[in-house]
Amino acid sequence: MHKNILIIGATSAIAQATIRLYAEQNANLYLLGRNLEQLETIAADAKIRGANQAVFSALDVTEYETHESVLNEVFEKFITLDTILIAHGTLPDQAACEQSVAVTLQELNTNALSTISLLTLLANRLQTQQSGCIAVISSVAGDRGRQSNYVYGAAKGMVSIFLQGLRNRLMPYHVHVLDIKPGFVDTPMTAEFKKGPLWAQPEQIAKSIINAIEKRKNTLYTPVFWAGIMFIIRHVPEVIFKRLKL
Amino acid sequence: MKLSGWGRYPQIEITPLKPAHTPAVQSMIAAQANSSLGLSGLVARGLGRSYGDSALANTLITTQYLDHFLAFDEETGILHCASGVSFAEILKVFVPKGWFLPVTPGTQFVTVGGAIASDVHGKNHHLDGSFSAHLINLKLMVASGEILECSATQHRELFLATCGGMGLTGIILEASFQMLAIESAYIQETTWKTHNLAETLVLFDEFQKTTYSVAWIDCLSTGKQLGRSLLMLGEHAKKEDLAEGLGEGLQTAKTGKLSIPIDMPNAVLNSHSVKAFNSLYYNKIRQKQTQRQVHYAPFFYPLDSLQNWNRLYGKNGFIQYQFVLPKSSGLEGLTKILSKIAESKRGSFLAVLKAFGKGNDNYLSFPVEGYTLALDFKIDSTLFAFLNELDSIVLDYSGRLYLTKDARMSEATFKQSYPLWEQFQKVRAQYGAEKRFNSLQSQRLGL
Repeated sequence: MHKNILIIGATSAIAQATIRLYAEQNANLYLLGRNLEQLETIAADAKIRGANQAVFSALDVTEYETHESVLNEVFEKFITLDTILIAHGTLPDQAACEQSVAVTLQELNTNALSTISLLTLLANRLQTQQSGCIAVISSVAGDRGRQSNYVYGAAKGMVSIFLQGLRNRLMPYHVHVLDIKPGFVDTPMTAEFKKGPLWAQPEQIAKSIINAIEKRKNTLYTPVFWAGIMFIIRHVPEVIFKRLKL
Repeated sequence: MKLSGWGRYPQIEITPLKPAHTPAVQSMIAAQANSSLGLSGLVARGLGRSYGDSALANTLITTQYLDHFLAFDEETGILHCASGVSFAEILKVFVPKGWFLPVTPGTQFVTVGGAIASDVHGKNHHLDGSFSAHLINLKLMVASGEILECSATQHRELFLATCGGMGLTGIILEASFQMLAIESAYIQETTWKTHNLAETLVLFDEFQKTTYSVAWIDCLSTGKQLGRSLLMLGEHAKKEDLAEGLGEGLQTAKTGKLSIPIDMPNAVLNSHSVKAFNSLYYNKIRQKQTQRQVHYAPFFYPLDSLQNWNRLYGKNGFIQYQFVLPKSSGLEGLTKILSKIAESKRGSFLAVLKAFGKGNDNYLSFPVEGYTLALDFKIDSTLFAFLNELDSIVLDYSGRLYLTKDARMSEATFKQSYPLWEQFQKVRAQYGAEKRFNSLQSQRLGL
């Protein structure tokens, strides 16, 4: 049987690496993203690597009014979905956010509200279907607010809490909800950062995502050492934490 | 970050640009033209496996994310892919489908773009030519940002300049090339043990109809044994000839886990250890001739299983010195050079000899009909002076050095041995590449 997989934000580096792994498993892939030309390339690549089907269409996640019709088309094509991966996102310029309400709200839109809109629609579909997995890429940044990127952190934290509720709600319907929290990943989104030993490659993240989906994990810190780092970060008392330059 | 070629010399401090798609390449080229760095050079970089300074510049555009397969025709075996796709990826996906690379260098960790820019050759050069002989066409982004399709018939001069052109004409974005149909992932290998150089060259001639041939030379043996070798010949094994237990026969290789974690201390590699290694290697084969079936990975890529093997030569890095001499002067010239190396006691772990077939029309492609020898030398304070002496012997015999391995030859040596360099420059000027696409190497060579 070919698995039916929906990828939202399919041009992101982690999504692309995951698509390649599913292609090797001969899955049916439905790819959504903003850039049609890039999606066409990614779909062609997936088919050559073994995808049984690789269809794509355009979705701008910030255009909420289109969500329902685009997702209707997905379900018309595939009827049921085995896995949904939501991978879209941007990395806000924290300093710019601090100077502009508009920029801050826009980032919250892209990184949180759009995901919540999609999840609301998808959750009902999977509840009816009574099977499947919803996997969403949030971030370790969502675990605690820090001065260096709290707008991003707030958005990702909102998504994580939403997912907790969704997991709780969908549990009786056999729907699995996975919250993926990557640390630093070397992708075009983080091109400007100086890379060190904590940085991971998208291929590594993709492998751990597929593994976590198969094992029906609830939360995935990836690479795994981030679970330890974030455990400490979450447990530093606020009286101390507020003085740290993080 | 610190970046270098595979030989780890020279090193520069640079953060490469990593475009996620073609329009990003376009805007990076445009931005570079408008910046103060504009005149000091931009060049594309793939996996960084050229040895010297050819993929180093003030602005580097890596093709890391331009790594998609675009189309494959199962009938004809023509593959169309982006330039950042690696040979390793191609093998992983296509060997199980019964297809192999038409030409491959000694490592699978090169990109298609790099293979074109270096116009790489393999163990089948004497029959099949270099990589560009199998290209249907390529797409090149030139200085204006325009994308031109080039082939032996479209924009022919630009094609001749780009294949083997070390990235100096623009950014190679995509290519289509002919793959080779295979029945199994295995190679039927025959190894001949020879007593000296003359015998090795005779055997190359005798087996010129064999698809793959290459010789490993014990470069520290002298006198009557000068140039004693193990000559390895190979043919793709046919399905019916496969030994039992090899399954369907189209399995890909597992990548090696062994790695050299640190720089070797300088003392480890000296004339005694190299001599011992060479002697052991030569004597591991007892008979005059042996045969075996071997997976393509150890046959083509013996060093790929040892990650970071370039660290063996210590923190100062090494030079891989690869030259070619025309066939007529091969024995004499090689004898002279090998004697000089043996005398200097600068042994190389692996000295690889290969007979080239006819060269091609590309302006800067390395191969000419004759013999090519590649040697690794650890860098020390006297190496470059020694290599200059070797250069003059190579020039005396009308030979040349491989640009992909070069980190130090002089402008004069280059211009004397690559007589079409002026035509190359003319084409670059015509497409506005001269002042835009430059590497440390092109600047050193006066291009």
